[in-house]
Amino acid sequence: MSEPDAKRGTAVWVSRAGLNQLIANLKAQGYQVVGPRIADGAIVYDAIEGISDLPSGWTEQQEAGTYRLRRRDDDALFGYNLGPQSWKKFLHPPLLRFFAAERNNGELRILPSTEPAPRYALLGVRACELAAIQVLDRVFLKDAFVEPNYASRRRDLVVIAVQCTRAAPTCFCRSMGTGPAVRSGFDVALTELGEGFVAQAGTERGEQLLGSVERAPADEELIRQAQEAVEQAAAQMVRRIETQDLARRLQEALESPHWDDVARRCLACGNCTMVCPTCFCTTVEDTSNVRGNRAERWRKWDSCFTESFSYIHGGSVRTSVRSRYRQWLTHKLSWWVDQFDMFGCVGCGRCITWCPAGIDLTQEVSKLVASG
Amino acid sequence: MSAAAEKILATTLARVVAVERETHDTFTLSVTPVEGEPPEPFQPGQFSMVYVFGVGELPISISGDPADTERLVYTVRSVGQATHALVSRKPGDVIGVRGPFGTAWPVKEARGKDVLIVAGGIGLAPLRPVIYHVLRNRDDYVRLIVLYGARSPRDLLYRKQLAEWGRAPDTQVLVTVDYGGLSWRGHVGVVTTLFRQLRLHPAETVAFICGPEIMMRYVIRMLEARGVAPQDIYLSMERNMKCGAGFCGHCQLGPYFVCKDGPVFSYRQMQPWLDLHEL
Ligand SMILES: Cc1cc2nc3c(=O)[nH]c(=O)nc-3n(C[C@H](O)[C@H](O)[C@H](O)COP(=O)(O)OP(=O)(O)OC[C@H]3O[C@@H](n4cnc5c(N)ncnc54)[C@H](O)[C@@H]3O)c2cc1C
Ligand code: SF4
Ligand code: SF4
Ligand code: FES
Repeated sequence: MSEPDAKRGTAVWVSRAGLNQLIANLKAQGYQVVGPRIADGAIVYDAIEGISDLPSGWTEQQEAGTYRLRRRDDDALFGYNLGPQSWKKFLHPPLLRFFAAERNNGELRILPSTEPAPRYALLGVRACELAAIQVLDRVFLKDAFVEPNYASRRRDLVVIAVQCTRAAPTCFCRSMGTGPAVRSGFDVALTELGEGFVAQAGTERGEQLLGSVERAPADEELIRQAQEAVEQAAAQMVRRIETQDLARRLQEALESPHWDDVARRCLACGNCTMVCPTCFCTTVEDTSNVRGNRAERWRKWDSCFTESFSYIHGGSVRTSVRSRYRQWLTHKLSWWVDQFDMFGCVGCGRCITWCPAGIDLTQEVSKLVASG
Repeated sequence: MSAAAEKILATTLARVVAVERETHDTFTLSVTPVEGEPPEPFQPGQFSMVYVFGVGELPISISGDPADTERLVYTVRSVGQATHALVSRKPGDVIGVRGPFGTAWPVKEARGKDVLIVAGGIGLAPLRPVIYHVLRNRDDYVRLIVLYGARSPRDLLYRKQLAEWGRAPDTQVLVTVDYGGLSWRGHVGVVTTLFRQLRLHPAETVAFICGPEIMMRYVIRMLEARGVAPQDIYLSMERNMKCGAGFCGHCQLGPYFVCKDGPVFSYRQMQPWLDLHEL
């Protein structure tokens, strides 16, 4: 991201007890604190009560088509990288009721959803995920229209970021320019070092949050250690995408025979779009009761990998898997630039890990560009 | 957040005030908001998201006169469940409408020129507001030419109006059908065959096209061959649309969201993408 460095105030040292206090303070202010915890063999994001819910001593092993939890030889709270879920599920829920409608004697009445939007505090947001939230902000808040459901969840959002001190083999945020160091868009940024954190505020609210917990000044040595830990994560990264001129080069490769090659492996399951922190597509479903006097309209996540996604009367526009994979990849890395002046990929690598066929977009991109 | 932002996704209840049968499968519905304000003004070429209770919401072009501020008019061809439910509404029934959405035919930019309208099938519906506009502001334009193709004589929309428009000054209306049948005395053939009967002034013409994509491609080829420039050719694209506002992603076509960057595009914008299969 090209945004200016948003760090405010001086870095401080916060112990684990201090972090626990910070979570309690947020809850006392009425926030629903969500963060990483273990469920069903993965690290997922869900409501947390305190640091005892965090995945202490756990990490994961990721490769194309593979994800496994592993024990660490220490008890780090944030010693993993990314699970299958992203924060998108809170800001842009997978299932949302738009409205209910009632019909009596031909008269129609719309009953809007009146539930107030939850106030979330996100704990453990990685640099790539911060970038992904900025991508969703661009799509839903800064375009022709404002999406009111996203806006109401985003408005009062608290973001506690955690810088990565290790990288998974699937990560490539460095080449996308989104990480592993966090630069802007957070209230507090933490870097975990042993039994505590180097903490830095990014906003006034972040300063207040840090000001209300037990803390100590962070000396230069600690700050240097934190920086080195993040640099180590950057150095570990093995995958990358060459972004120079990428949007144009992919448009020149639209008829490449390599799309057929991917299509032979792709199952068109849509997993990549579900785990992607920036894929925003949705569809709507209408239901009605047996008596036919009450109907509901629901919005749910959708994927450009389904055939129905592009259906118009007479048949879908994208019937072949080739054309659907092409839509996905070119949207992320080419059309998104035309549409929103940024990439739709932040380099988190989830689509690589969670592809049952182990398809790796970084490899496909280099082959496509070479063939174009 | 502003009230306008909230309204993007909120449907407005509208009562059906008239239903007119156009053909065996196509009906024109006029609606007016159940309460409060008259409908938002629209520009020719824009569409609404129309909600039918319990069935769903579908994109439908506004086919009425833009100068009519009281009603919204839709011409709907029953091709499946949702459009069937819509054309089965009776006067007094209530539906929901959102919008208007999308870009418009550039009627202002076409001033001082010949307006050439080429429509296929239901594609005449989103172009009818242009015809109303040109006839209402007759001095702003030179010639009005309407080329209209339908499958058969029984599929022709707005038959009475086509005849009336043809009698207006400096207006030429040419109709063709794919299959004529015994009683049809008119032209038979695809819409591009009508070009033989035309004297085009390519530098002085703005063309508006709406119909099946394949038909639009042939018409564009014909216009290009006659020297009409890509920036003077406009077309309306159809894609799957679930929101109308750039949120659902369904309507994407290369760099564009057809719901907000379109549905009306200049051929200059669409040229690189139109011939790419399954884009
Ligand atoms: C900008 C625009 C303007 C249009 N204007 C008109 C018009 O003026 N008159 C007219 O008759 N038709 C118009 N259409 C086409 C009309 O929206 C479709 O014919 C209609 O949605 C088909 O629904 P169906 O259930 O009757 O048919 P089916 O083909 O059986 O469709 C089944 C289901 O597929 C989905 N579906 C099909 N097409 C679309 C679509 N384009 N967008 C979203 N979902 C879809 C719906 O859920 C639908 O119920 C327009 C389409 C667009 C994009
Ligand atoms: S496309 Fe893949 S790597 Fe890029 S942001 Fe989405 S899930 Fe992450
Ligand atoms: S890649 Fe597909 S699912 Fe993701 S935002 Fe683009 S069109 Fe939507
Ligand atoms: S119709 Fe939803 S983005 Fe265009």
